[in-house]
Amino acid sequence: MQVSNRKYLLGLTIFLALFPVVVMNVGAIGHYLDVMIFVGIYSLITMGLSLLMGYAGQISLGHAAFFGLGAYTSGILCTKLSMSPWLAMVAGVGLTALVAYIVGVPSLKLKGHYLAMATLGFGVIVNIFFNEEVYLTGGPSGFSDIPGFTVFGFSLDSDLHYYILVWCLVLLALVFSLNVINSRIGRALRSLHDSEVAADAMGVETSRYKVIIFVLSGVYASVAGSLYTHYVGFLSPSSFDLFLSIKLVMMVVVGGMHNIWGALLGTCLLTFLGNEWLHIFHDFDILVYGAILLAIVMFLPEGLVDLAPRMGRIWKRG
Amino acid sequence: MNTEGSRVFLRVENLKKSFGGVQALKGLSFTVTAGIIKAVIGPNGAGKTTLFNVITGVFPPNDGSIALDGVSIEGQKSRDIARLGVSRTFQNVEIFGRMTVLENVMVGRHIQSRAGIIGTGLRLSKMRREERQIQESAMDYLQFVGLEHRAGELAGNLPLGEQKMLEVARALATDPKILLLDEPAGGLNTRETEGLAALIMRILERDITVVLVEHDMNLVMDISDEILVMNFGEKIAEGRPKQVKDDPLVIKAYLGEEVDYSDL
Repeated sequence: MQVSNRKYLLGLTIFLALFPVVVMNVGAIGHYLDVMIFVGIYSLITMGLSLLMGYAGQISLGHAAFFGLGAYTSGILCTKLSMSPWLAMVAGVGLTALVAYIVGVPSLKLKGHYLAMATLGFGVIVNIFFNEEVYLTGGPSGFSDIPGFTVFGFSLDSDLHYYILVWCLVLLALVFSLNVINSRIGRALRSLHDSEVAADAMGVETSRYKVIIFVLSGVYASVAGSLYTHYVGFLSPSSFDLFLSIKLVMMVVVGGMHNIWGALLGTCLLTFLGNEWLHIFHDFDILVYGAILLAIVMFLPEGLVDLAPRMGRIWKRG
Repeated sequence: MNTEGSRVFLRVENLKKSFGGVQALKGLSFTVTAGIIKAVIGPNGAGKTTLFNVITGVFPPNDGSIALDGVSIEGQKSRDIARLGVSRTFQNVEIFGRMTVLENVMVGRHIQSRAGIIGTGLRLSKMRREERQIQESAMDYLQFVGLEHRAGELAGNLPLGEQKMLEVARALATDPKILLLDEPAGGLNTRETEGLAALIMRILERDITVVLVEHDMNLVMDISDEILVMNFGEKIAEGRPKQVKDDPLVIKAYLGEEVDYSDL
């Protein structure tokens, strides 16, 4: 792993350790811990999306569906079959990986807008499934009373517990992703983003790696879904709709598509905006999102991660 | 260079390729003997790059056959053909611009390494060892083309001449048996072209057969063992540099026909 990544990881870990200490001692922002849990959950998804978009050069407007598959698998297995949440999470991962593979093999042969349309269609279909299969999913009103996680007989019941669980998994996924990026697979992916014909000529199995990353990003989203289910304890189809898929893509773009750290940054910003800071705008928050996206695309095409380096360059130039 | 007899390494027979109404290759046949440098020349639009693209599987031929060391490869995918020992460079440089110079060559080592997604994600010790080997051999190839001092730079920031050398290093990193160079001297200055000629001779010493599409006639005449001349998708001459140079059909293709004014 590159030195800079090690430094960032260390910095992130220290920040994550200090965050609850600070937040829980300042009454007014005590609930930021809850927001940070959502940041973690969404970060899992956007890290996978960042691998897919920034490194494999593919787009998906259907990742809310993978998130939902994980969430509903966990929810259904735990309430209807009283399965352990951990086992249910693994089952969710298995199911989602299978679905991602089946969807990915044909649709990743498409390019650009067509791939976007195919994944969008997939997301819509899954959402309709959540809405219509009432006997399984509870339909539009969803279902509740989903039990929480237990670790060695100790049940996780506070925000702090979930904060620790979620961010440990995020860090694991982050290290895993960074390792993949700095390996022959990561190089193969980045290469096909720069020149697919040259990557092909080097013997890189381009389509195979696109599918593998698609499945991996689906798995991340599924884990996020399971965490979401047990944390929130309630599921309804509207949490996994097209708008979420678009918002996830936006998080990646705002943070910086070609950098996995960008996904974390973008997710953090947009989640805090959505859950906290934009409440005064009510339904007009979508306008703010649009403005942010527009500003990023126009002035910071490499995303927020490029802000400091770009300022540095401007400063140097005088 | 044609010392070890005449084992045919690449055999192309009756190769046809058309794009819509344009016939880029009209039943082309030729062979390349193992261990030689064969140049493919011809005016613009003669079908030289199309020939390379069909051999390396960028697109399948409409008809005809391509055999590599007796194994038929026509219509196979690029990546499978690469695994059979065919590597190439591109006329319009196709480097991976947002990766470092070293990483570009490391991609060349892709088919010589194994690690899968789980192994790399978890950084198993076997994978770390493999990664080190990839890096070391990539560095060797950079040294071979004289770019080791550029290893850490972004490939996109290199001048064209060095990008072309980088493509050669990357192609060599796949351990090819035959190397197809598409206009390697295009855009190079005289000194760089001399370096290129020396480099190609050193590649030959590694038991790699070289096929070369090139417009720089000095380079072609200097280093090739055989020349294939194409025009409008067909072979118009083939042979040693001297024979080809004096061939009336070749002269006609390059300089145009002499007009007979006596009828006027």
